[in-house]
Amino acid sequence: MAWTRASGTSGMEGQELPYVLVDSIGEKVGVYKDHVGFLKKRFNLITMKEYLENKTVLSKKIRAIYMWYHKPAINEELLQSLPNLKVVASSGVGIDHLDVKLLSSYGVKVANTPFVVSTDTADMGMALLLASSRRVVEGHQMAVSPDTEYFPADWLGVEVSGATLGIVGMGTIGYKVAERAKAFEMKILYHNRSQRKKEEENAVGAVYCKKIDDLLQQSDFVLLAVNLTPQTHKLIGKRELELMKPTATLINISRGLVVDQDALVEALQNKVIKAAALDVTYPEPLPRDHPLLKLKNVLITPHIGSATTKTRWVMMEEMAESIEAGLAGLPVPREVLP
Amino acid sequence: MESYSAASLASASHLIMSRARFSLLNNVMAEEELPGVLILDIGGTHGVLEDLAALLKKHFHLITMKEFLGNREEMSKKIQSVFVFECRPTIDRELLESLPNLKVIGNSGVGVDHLDLKMISSFGVKVTNTPHAVADPTADIGMALMLASARRLVEGCQVAVSPDTKYFAVDWLGVEVTRATLGIIGMGSIGYKVAQRARAFNMKILYHNRNRRRKEEEEAVGAHYCAKMEDLLQQSDFVMLVVNLTPETHKLIGKKELGLMKPTATLINISRGAVIDQEALVEALQNKVIRAAALDVTYPEPLPRDHPLLNLNNVIITPHIGTATVQAIRMMAEEAIANILAVLNGQPIPSEVFPK
Repeated sequence: MAWTRASGTSGMEGQELPYVLVDSIGEKVGVYKDHVGFLKKRFNLITMKEYLENKTVLSKKIRAIYMWYHKPAINEELLQSLPNLKVVASSGVGIDHLDVKLLSSYGVKVANTPFVVSTDTADMGMALLLASSRRVVEGHQMAVSPDTEYFPADWLGVEVSGATLGIVGMGTIGYKVAERAKAFEMKILYHNRSQRKKEEENAVGAVYCKKIDDLLQQSDFVLLAVNLTPQTHKLIGKRELELMKPTATLINISRGLVVDQDALVEALQNKVIKAAALDVTYPEPLPRDHPLLKLKNVLITPHIGSATTKTRWVMMEEMAESIEAGLAGLPVPREVLP
Repeated sequence: MESYSAASLASASHLIMSRARFSLLNNVMAEEELPGVLILDIGGTHGVLEDLAALLKKHFHLITMKEFLGNREEMSKKIQSVFVFECRPTIDRELLESLPNLKVIGNSGVGVDHLDLKMISSFGVKVTNTPHAVADPTADIGMALMLASARRLVEGCQVAVSPDTKYFAVDWLGVEVTRATLGIIGMGSIGYKVAQRARAFNMKILYHNRNRRRKEEEEAVGAHYCAKMEDLLQQSDFVMLVVNLTPETHKLIGKKELGLMKPTATLINISRGAVIDQEALVEALQNKVIRAAALDVTYPEPLPRDHPLLNLNNVIITPHIGTATVQAIRMMAEEAIANILAVLNGQPIPSEVFPK
């Protein structure tokens, strides 16, 4: 196979810029084209395609992986073939797609971008809550449908202002949801591994529910803002759905696997709960014949919790910073410990 | 324990029965003596919702348009009020002339642009609206539209369920709401509630209003006054229209105003369709003069099915649902009832609307 010099640049003192593996550039799943300029000032970006065409040379040079939206996928085989890998920077806050223990056993540090996604994700939670309760998507469809002749008077949604919101998972994102919901004069309940400080609770008027059951029974809207761990896997199942009010709506901005999807389908079909609004499912996308896609009382968005231009730019900057620190032997900002 | 003789029981039950009969008669009489209120219809496409009709019937003798037209002679004198629900029935000169005892038009909703206030006043008839019941749900819809548009929620739903979707593109992006600048045009009750909500999203809030609000009110929501609407338009990422429709606000937002807005800005309308020059809006959206629009109101409603606004993918339209919640509809009816009763009983009127 012809040996081609990897497209790389050198730094100031003739020193080569560090080699960083990415999945691809541009196209639907790659590193954003308008991020490339910033990254190439700091790194020699090697795409998966380039790496596979030139493994012998590149495998020793690659010292970091820039993991943009779960790609490139990292498995043991890849780890074994990158002897000098030091850092993996992963976009977003969730790391359920990474085996941090395994990476650590190879001496590789992992960093994510936990805080930058918080406000966008909280905004998305509110967007779903409002869109679901006021039937915005259905309403739009009616407003533009070729069959619409008039707007019926008995077409109603439910009030958000003054309703009860139960937040399951009161981390950074959950708390920001509470801050927003307070302005709508919502009554806020929350369930968390640990109770927040009193000042924090008072600032948003949130009431702690030590037992998730209490939250489920009293809420008009249940919003999931936990991270996915073995403990939160299928946290919301048949039992939990039945504890919810029949007039309640489930909103999920965490991970699809936090909800028992089959139980959810059944609950929605049998009107055990009123509606669901999901930014996340398992898998993503759902198979095209999945029952969730056909239910009228379900809103699904394509995992866009942090999908804004500004946030994605900052994420990229943070990932670059984490890689640079890790390669310089400095403490890694936003390191995820095993 | 006392024992009751059969006779005393019999006479007691007779008394109860006749009391019941008396009460029933009274109710029947009472119903017809309740003030007559004209409505378009109960149920059906444009009629008053059944639940609301039940509420109204507690205080009024409801007369539908059909009943009125079928028996004008008798009905016309009984009607002391008209309950206008979703702009119906239409109040025209002919109707006013045929209702000699009409005292008040009780409107459900806050907008009265569908009522000729001067003409109605010339008949000595008062007009009332329901500003309190509409404020929260309308502010909520404003926020819902802003968030849905910024985050491309409707488009996103379509991608999520489309049979053609094989994977989710990672370069599919919306724009931030948190920390963005919201310009509120019309800072009345509804506009102020929008500001309260937007503040929780750390938005920078600008507002333009006929009158400036008090300092404490501004500070409570962190709102900055723009005496010139142009300043607000040039600086805002989201422009939200929350004015009422008057001759002064008709086509308030036209080609010039749209041209002043940022090309990355979104226009949200929760006021009345006619506040915007719709043709200018279509042009601005097609030529990317502004990023997007989200409209709960248009002119007319619904739009003709071939209207260009229906085909633009950077437009969200909702079918005028600002107050379309179970709770709000009920509260509006209750507020209208209170207003009507106040007029009929000669008491202070909570929400009277005067012609300019």
